[in-house]
This record gives sequence, structure tokens and C-alpha cells, in this order.
Amino acid sequence: MDLDIVELSRLQFALTAMYHFLFVPLTLGLSVIVAIMETVYVMTRRVIWRQMTKFWGTLFGINFAIGVATGITMEFQFGMNWSYYSHYVGDIFGAPLAIEGLMAFFLEATFVGLFFFGWDKLSRIGHLVVTWLVAIGSNFSALWILIANGWMQNPVGAAFNPETMRMEMTSWFEVMFNPVAQAKFVHTVSAGYVTASVFVLGVSAWYLLKGRHVDLARRSIAVACSFGLAAALSVVVLGDESGYLTTHDQKMKMAAMEAMWETEEAPASFTLLGVPDREARETKYAIHIPYVMGLIGTRSLDTPIEGIKELLQESEQRIRSGIVAYDALMTIREDRGESSPEVRDTFEEHGGNLGYAYLLKRYVDDPREATEAQIAQATDDTLPEVFPLFWAFRIMVGLGFGFIIMMAYFFWRTSFRGRDYPRWALRLAVIIIPAPWIAAELGWFVAEYGRQPWTVDGVLPTALSVSHLSIGDVLFTLAGFMLFYTVLFIVEMGLMLKYIRQGPVEDVKETDVWMEQHKRRLSRPDDNSHLASAE
Amino acid sequence: MILHELIGYDVLRVIWWLLLGILLIAFAMTDGFDMGVGALLPFVGKTDIERRVVINTIGPVWEGNQVWFILGGGAIFAAWPPLYAASFSGFYLAMFLVLAALILRPVAFKYRSKRDSVVWRTSWDWALFVGGALPALLFGVAVGNVLLGVPFELTPDLFTLYHGTMLGKLVGLLRPFALLAGVVSLMMLITHGAAWLSFKAEGAVASRARAIGSVTGLVTIVGFVLAGLWLMFGIEGYQLVNAPEPNGPSNPLLTEVARTASWLDSYSERPWAVAGPVLGLIGMIMTVIGLRAGREGSTLLWSKLGILGAISSVGMLMFPFFMPSSISPDSSLTVWDSSSSHLTLFVMLFATAIFLPLILVYTAWVYKVLWGKVTETDVTDGHSY
Repeated sequence: MDLDIVELSRLQFALTAMYHFLFVPLTLGLSVIVAIMETVYVMTRRVIWRQMTKFWGTLFGINFAIGVATGITMEFQFGMNWSYYSHYVGDIFGAPLAIEGLMAFFLEATFVGLFFFGWDKLSRIGHLVVTWLVAIGSNFSALWILIANGWMQNPVGAAFNPETMRMEMTSWFEVMFNPVAQAKFVHTVSAGYVTASVFVLGVSAWYLLKGRHVDLARRSIAVACSFGLAAALSVVVLGDESGYLTTHDQKMKMAAMEAMWETEEAPASFTLLGVPDREARETKYAIHIPYVMGLIGTRSLDTPIEGIKELLQESEQRIRSGIVAYDALMTIREDRGESSPEVRDTFEEHGGNLGYAYLLKRYVDDPREATEAQIAQATDDTLPEVFPLFWAFRIMVGLGFGFIIMMAYFFWRTSFRGRDYPRWALRLAVIIIPAPWIAAELGWFVAEYGRQPWTVDGVLPTALSVSHLSIGDVLFTLAGFMLFYTVLFIVEMGLMLKYIRQGPVEDVKETDVWMEQHKRRLSRPDDNSHLASAE
Repeated sequence: MILHELIGYDVLRVIWWLLLGILLIAFAMTDGFDMGVGALLPFVGKTDIERRVVINTIGPVWEGNQVWFILGGGAIFAAWPPLYAASFSGFYLAMFLVLAALILRPVAFKYRSKRDSVVWRTSWDWALFVGGALPALLFGVAVGNVLLGVPFELTPDLFTLYHGTMLGKLVGLLRPFALLAGVVSLMMLITHGAAWLSFKAEGAVASRARAIGSVTGLVTIVGFVLAGLWLMFGIEGYQLVNAPEPNGPSNPLLTEVARTASWLDSYSERPWAVAGPVLGLIGMIMTVIGLRAGREGSTLLWSKLGILGAISSVGMLMFPFFMPSSISPDSSLTVWDSSSSHLTLFVMLFATAIFLPLILVYTAWVYKVLWGKVTETDVTDGHSY
């Protein structure tokens, strides 16, 4: 197994996945915000809400195009670069991806065309339904992708089949209702809603600072901060749920995120800040808050959380057990289904640790021939790098709380201070636009980097998952993606900025039609007041 | 869960072979005209407004059409994981080129008309050309290579190994027969795009499309017949040595495979499979006649029949093979040994039975809403690309 191929393939996957996720959260959130705005339009018939729908819809469309395009890369890359992974777990992992296409992606992709082209071809209600279908489709998409990803974190409902040399599904319900997947789904879509809210808030704030499109901006802020506040609260609460589940199912990831070297007496303290040192197995300059870790991790005051050192000992035991399983598997395979019940029993007993034996394949072709030094190396591999995880997690959480404060502030000004926002707050809202993207990317980093050295936790090591490719192959496509994606990014940013600067288009035709329909009411002097500002 | 045993493993495998075929055919029938239109764009639209008409005939639907392809990929992953693993990595650089083209296309659609500069728009027009023509060509090349056999072998751990260097792998795909298959595929989809334009556009655009389409349609027919003759006389086929085990485990190494004189030998076992090429030829010929006579709706349907015939010819000819291996025939992937587990196939069928009819219903509704020709006034109303 060539290590460089593994590193290059990981780099390419990380790059394309993180790039894809620059567009996904905005799609998730903006689709819902646009649908909310159009709902208000249909209910009140006020033209300004239609203008808002169209304006934010245009920005949604620019973003959606690249989100879709880069998503195709994601689906194909498993087969292109991770062919052994695709063979080994495709029986489980492929299903949610395919169902995503059937149930969700088809829906959003089919109706997004009508969203843009159907304004004159559909009734108001008809168009509103289309918009909601796009939003629902996008969000269901996220559900199935996170069921797939949740299985990589917590591989339930599957077992190894020696005849086919792969994992096979044993219970679809366990895969679908995987608690990790469900928590991740709500956490991820909420993060998308926060991203879109911060985006709408920031762009609107910029209009207010410039004194342009004031009506549109004020109303957009009202939608963004109420929606955003609910979402920001949900992100943190559901993030906490994720944390609780991680303690259960991915102990090493949790311990690494928190730099918990030793098993502490319950309730464990929470390390707020510090400098983790992997070699020395300690955190320097640590600031501890008592009890908090125990509460987050176990929701109790008396359950201890295992520390890294103890978990490493467990890893070593599992590697040794995995070698026994590997030996039994080789015997079963040679006997072609006629092996003795003892061998089968041995495999039953140790088969759950087969993946740990595969960790040794990085150092030796046959895990049964591993030396003690190689076992020690593989054991050490089960601990991901602590420092980046520790800090990525803290920055993400810090930003999450920041969004709650900001959304709450704008919500308060909107509700109780007559939609009057001080200039410093508006400036801050503009500056903070990139922050939710940073938080989202860091979140994925913690989830995926924290799972290393595994692609599927405890089942299949990353080093074993790759395709048989040459360095040249992957370097070529990596360079291709980098070049291509950079150009696309510049084009997309250019267009976004162009359309934001240009602002909403006055919808003259619609306004005329509306004025015509309400001529009689408009001619009564007392009813004119609320139309004065072209509402 | 024992519910899934209601349907036999062998039956599920055949159903999924059919479903995969249906998805790929649906993709070629729908996104096929999007690609064809992309490839025709610089030639049928002379002015900016004409090109916008061309783009807007597919503007509202290409996104949904493309999902057939994504769904096809997802179905291969879920129902045929060994095939997904071996083919996507085996055609690595070709897949990358397809991806690049497919990424270019949506962006070009959305962005082309968002700026008023001639350079900007012409650049995106050529991006649309590449985004349409390149995948259309490469899909055919891939089919040609599968018919010839792909140089891969499976280790006892079922890890896929390939022979050939990086560049060799890409250039190695361009064998003469595979290139012919690529040309047939490209010409067939361009003709399909022409049939679509003749249906959805009018005036100069439609007549140019008909003129080009009747030529590419003839090339398609000649190429298709040539490819058939080549298969008959010049290319070895593959066959199972022993009777298949339709309920056996999905381990390709358990079946023995040998070469035969020709793929067409299978017609003696399954004479009805001749229906594929016959339908294909009828469809292609009627398309050319329809384009020349200026018939609109029926020509599009004939063109779809041609596509159905051409793709199903390959599928039925090769059954039960998906991807034979030229260097280690026993590693070849077949319907009987490269599927998902019994349970997964059942779950996926269940989901498909619910959602595929829904997809067909709402797709039909969208086409109904968008019914009618796209005119030059349509594209200036601000809701268009």
C-alpha cells in the first residue's frame, strides 16, 4: 500500500468536499428563507415580498449551480479514488446515496428550473409549492448524505461476510435511524440555516449602511434574525447531542477533541483552552472548568469518561484480537465454506476487531506476521492529531455562541426598537459574513479528521481504502480540481458581488397589475398610507 | 428481517440489471438532448439572441435531466458495488474529464447570460459545447472498452488492480473500436439534440438543427452498423464456463469465464435480443426521415426509440456480463456475482418502487408546464438564461 497515494487521495477528497460545502449550507438555508419570503408574499400579496423572493432567489441560483456541480464530484470520487472502500462498504453506504438521488435530489433539481422559469407560467400558489419543494428537496438531500456519513462514524446494522470479503447490511432500520446520523442531520441543516441567515443579515446590513433598498433590507433582516436565532440555538443544542453520542460511539475522537489524556474521576472537568502536546501526552497551560465535561459527555455526574491513554490500551487489545480474527478469516477462505465450527466460532468472537488487524497492513502485508514494534505503531495510529482537533472544535463552538448573541441582538432591535439598528451593529453584521462558513468547515474537519485513522470507524482503515492508482493520476486530477475550482470560485464570487451591488430589480409589471386590481381601494384616501413606501 | 426473502436474490439481481438499464436509457433520452444541444450550440445559433433561444429550450429542464445520471451512479454504487469500485477507478482519468465537463455545464448555463460582454458569452458557449460533446463521446468510448474487456484483475481480498501506466490508461481507452463507439454515441446524441431543437425552437435555429441532425443521423446509422459488423467478425466475446449460480455470493472470483469467438454468439441462445439493434435502427432511420420532412414531436419520439434500441442492444448482448476483464477473465463482473446483498437490493427496490413513479409524474408535470416553443421574445423577459 503506497502511503503517498493515501495522502494525496485524502488531500483531494478533503479539498473537494470542503469546497463543495462552501455552497451547500447556503443552499440549505437560503432555499428555506426564500420559501418563507414567498409564503409571506402569497399571504399578503405585497409586491415587496415578491421582489425579495426574486432577489434572494437569484443569489440562491448562482450558489446552487456550483453546489450541484461540485456535488457530482463527491458522488463519483468514492469509486474513483476509494475503490476498496466502495467495494468493502458499498453494500451499506451506497444505499443512502442512491436514495438521496431518488427522493431528494431529483425533487430539487426538477423544480429549481420552474422556480426561475415558472413565474409567468404558474399561479401564485403553484409557484409557492414549487419553491417549497426545492427547499424540502435540498433538506432531504442533507438527511440521506448524513445517514451515509453517520454510518461511517457509527457503523451499525452491518456485519462482515467472509464469502464476499465485505461488510453487508443486516438491518436497514438501524442504518436509517442511526442516532449519530439523526443528530448530525439536524446539526448540519441548522448550521445551513445560520449560514444563510448571517448572509441575508449581512447583505441587508450593507444596504442599510449605504441607504439603499431600505424596505427590502429591513424586512430581510426581520426574517433573517428570527429564523437565524432559532437556528443558532438549535445548532448548539444539537451539537451538544452530537457530543453526547460521540462519547458513546467514538470515544477516541471525543478524547482527542477534548485533549483528555487521563481517565478522570466523574464528573470530568472541561479544558476550556490549552496547548495539547501529542508526544508528551499532556495539555500545557490548560484552563479547566470543573464538572462541565462530565455533563456534556455523559449527561450525568457519576459516569467517568475514558481518557486517551486508557483508550490506546483498548486499541492495542483490539489489534491483537483482530489478528486472531484475521487468521480465522484466512482459514475460512482457504476452506471454501468447509471450515470447522471452531474456526467459525473464533471468527464470530473476534470478527468485530478485524478492522484493527487491517491497521497493521500499512506496515506489513500479513498482519499475523506483525512485530511488537509494528503493533505499537498501529496502536499509536488510532489516536488522531490532538492539537488541530482541540482548537478547531473550540473555534467552531465559540463562533456558534457568537451567532446566538448576534441573532438575539438583531431580533431584539427588530422586535422592540422599531427596526432601528446602530451603524456599528450593521458594520459588524457585514464583517461577520464569512464566519459561518469557517464554523461549518471546522465542524466537518472535526468530524472527519477526528475519525482518522479510519474511513469507517473501527471497520476499515483509511490507508486501505484507496484505489490502485499512480501518483501521477492523482496529482493530475488534484491539480485539475484546484485549477478548475479556483476559477469557478472567482467567477462565482464575481457574480455574487455583481448581483448584490446591483440590488433587487424593481418589478414594474407586477406592481402595475397589483395597482390595477386594487384601484378602488387605492382611490380611498385613508387606505393609501401603507402603500406610500411602495409596499 | 425476513421480508426481503419474499423476492428471490436471483430475481432481484435481474430486476436491478433492468433498472440500471432503465436509468441509463432515461439519462440518454433526457440529458442526451441537453448534451446534443450543447454540442450544437455554436453551429445552430449565429446571433446572441438565437443562442439564448437554444439555451433556453433546455434551460429549465437540464438540471432535472442530469439527475438521471447521478441516480445511475448512485444505483451502480448501491446495487453493484464491485462494478462501481472497479469501473470508476479503472476509467479514472476519463471519469475526471467527464466530471470536468459536467461541472462546466451547469455553471455555463447559469452564468453565460449574466454579463453583457461578447468574450464572456462566447467563452461560455464553447464551455457548453465541450460540456455537451465531451461526455457524449466518452460514454461511447467507455461502452466500447467494456465490450472489448478492461485490463483489471481482482486480488483474493477483492482489491482491484489495473494494468497500464497513467497516460497509458487514458490513451489505452482510445482503441479503434472504442473510438467508433464514441463517435456513434456522440452523433446519436447530437441527432437527438437536433430533434429536440426542431421540436422546441422555430425559424432559422430549427432549420439549421434539422440540416445538421439529418447528416449526424446518417453517420450514426452507418457507425452503428459498422460497429455491429466489427463485433461479428473482429472482436472476441466472453462467456461463463459453468452454469451460473444466480443465488450465489457476490464474489466475482468464484465464477469461471472464458473467451468466445464473438459476443454475437449469444444471439443463438437468446434470439429475441436481436430486438435491440432492430429497434435501434428503425428509430435512427425514422429520425433522419422525420428531420428531413420537418416533423417535430414524432421525430423526437423516434430518436428516443433509437437510443433505447442502441443502449439495450449492448446490455442484452453482454448479459450477464457488466465488465469483463481482458487480462484475468475470471475477475469479470457479472450480474450473478457483483451485486449488493439480498437485503440491500430489496431495500433499494422498495425505495425505487415508491419514488420512481413519483419522479415520472412530477417530471411529466414540469414538461407540461413548459410545453410549447421557446421564442425570441421569451428569452428577453428577464426570467431566462
